[in-house]
This record gives sequence, structure tokens and C-alpha cells, in this order.
Amino acid sequence: MMTPLLRLLSVRIFVLALLPSLSWGVVEGHKYPFDNERDIARFQTLAEELRCPKCQNQNLADSNAPVASDMRDKVYELMQDGKSDQEVVDYMVARYGDFVRYRPPVRTSTFLLWFGPLIILIIGALVLVAIRRSSSSRTLDPLSTEEQERLKALRNESSEGNKS
Amino acid sequence: MKRVFLFIPLVAFAVLGLLFFLTIDRENKDVLPSPLVGQPFPPFEMSKLLTEEAVSTSALQGKPLLVNVWATWCPTCKAEHAFLNMLAEDGIRIVGINYKDERDKAHQWLTAYGNPYEFNVFDPEGKLGLDLGVYGAPETFLVDSSGVIRAKHVGDLNAAVWQKLEATYQGMK
Repeated sequence: MMTPLLRLLSVRIFVLALLPSLSWGVVEGHKYPFDNERDIARFQTLAEELRCPKCQNQNLADSNAPVASDMRDKVYELMQDGKSDQEVVDYMVARYGDFVRYRPPVRTSTFLLWFGPLIILIIGALVLVAIRRSSSSRTLDPLSTEEQERLKALRNESSEGNKS
Repeated sequence: MKRVFLFIPLVAFAVLGLLFFLTIDRENKDVLPSPLVGQPFPPFEMSKLLTEEAVSTSALQGKPLLVNVWATWCPTCKAEHAFLNMLAEDGIRIVGINYKDERDKAHQWLTAYGNPYEFNVFDPEGKLGLDLGVYGAPETFLVDSSGVIRAKHVGDLNAAVWQKLEATYQGMK
């Protein structure tokens, strides 16, 4: 007599247990259950900003490499432990180095990486300004009386030549 | 004066070309610098591959050693195995980490190719591997007697590589 009731109850409990895990973070076909949208977005961002050390032109979200999958699992695990984004990134950097970050920190060793393009742009702009300045600053000496006479003569000659 | 500026692109091109030419093979992009060099070996509580008895970080201490990360699915590991056997014969202490592998297969491998390892830490899920920043087997760490990582090599160990690492190894004694 109790059995149908119990069954109904257990079904309800089962459905209730599913509810919090209705949202999934899906990365490269792998599902990671989260209970809120904010964490899904965080997970997505972290997986995109961390780089797979095995296949260096791919992030954790794109890579199929076993190590990338282990690292994704670890990111998920750390997030479930309540770690902040910075703590997750620091955890990976402590093991794999700055290389795992697509945005490396500004340091003396990464100075050129960050500011090299800007420096080249500035040099280019300076060169451009120098060229413009040197070509516009050229002033012509006025013609001497002799030269003016000659110019006049040449002009007359050519206009006569055209007529004939 | 103005003509001089015309040569700027050519000079810039030549300088960049030379720079790229000189640096083209300088860096092996498959080998990342490890932040673990100079750090203590990450603590672990795992089991040994063959005897299945518990093993922890303290087992590494006492005598300088090579920690070699390997797996039966890794072809390069097979390539370096003979060299590891040779090093072990020379009395160099080697501890293995069997990385993301299966006990049976690893056992067969050691029976077939010889066992240069003092013992192996069984790491089927790659947890210790992750703590070590392992991204591709084989990887080899030089660990001194107080358990501090002194050097790391990614890729197979061979005579040429050992020549470079040996100084560090001798320095740890």
C-alpha cells in the first residue's frame, strides 16, 4: 500500500536532485554541470583564456589533448571548491608557467611583447614626420635676372614654335 | 639628403631579416620553461606501480635522483628506455612516474624492456603529472637529496641530453 507512494516520492526526489544541475557548461563536447549561469560564463572564460601547453595555438576550450582535458577538469574542480578566477589561473601558472596564459603579465621579460608594436609604431611615425618635414622645408632660391631673361626667351621660343 | 630616407625600408627589412634568421632555431617551442625548477617536489600520496604499496614524497629524499615520467602509450618513452637502463647500470637512481597508464601494460613493459626504476609511482589519472606541469611524456626531472627540483627535460633522454644534464646531476651530490 505504501509502495506507490514511496515510488512517487522517490521520483520527486530524483527530479528535485536533477534541478540544480540543469545548467551545463559545455566545452568541446564535454559537459560540466553548474548550478548557475554566472559560473558557466566564468568556466567558459577560463577555458578560453588558458592555453593548452601541448598544442600551443589552442586554448583549453578548443583542445582535444589529454592534458587539456585534465586541466579543464582541474579548473572545474577548483571552481567547485570555491576558488576565484585569479586563484585558478595562479594554480595553472604555478605548474605550467606564464605560458598557459594567453595574456601574459607585464614584466621585464615580456616588455617587448607588450610594447614592441607600440615602439615600432612610434618609430614609424617619427620617420614619417621627418620625411614630410624635410620635403616641405625645401625653399627655392629666386631666379637671378639672367635666369629670368633666359626663361622669358625660352617661353617665347616655345610659343612661337607652337604657332608654326 | 632626402634619398637617404628611401633606403629606410630596405635597411629595416635587412635588419629584421637578419634578426629572424639568427633566432629562427634558437628556441624550441615544444619545450616550455618550467616554473617548478628550484621548487620542492610537489607532495603526493599514491601507490607504487608493482607492489601497490603506499608511497609519498618522503620516499624521494635521501639521495639525488632522476624522476622519469613515462607511459606505455608513449613511443618516445620506448626510444629512451634503453638509455635509462644504461644510466641505472651506472648507479644513477631513477624513480618512475607511470603516467595515465594501466598497471598490467606497465608491468609487461618493464618485464619486456627491463626495469631501470628503483620504484614507480602509479599515476593513472595524471594527478601528480598535473602538479608537475607534465604535458607530454617522457619528461625527466632532476631532484636533489632534499627533494628540490633542480632541472627538467622534456623529450627523450639520450647521450647528448645527458651530457648537458650530467653537470647538474653531479652538482647535486
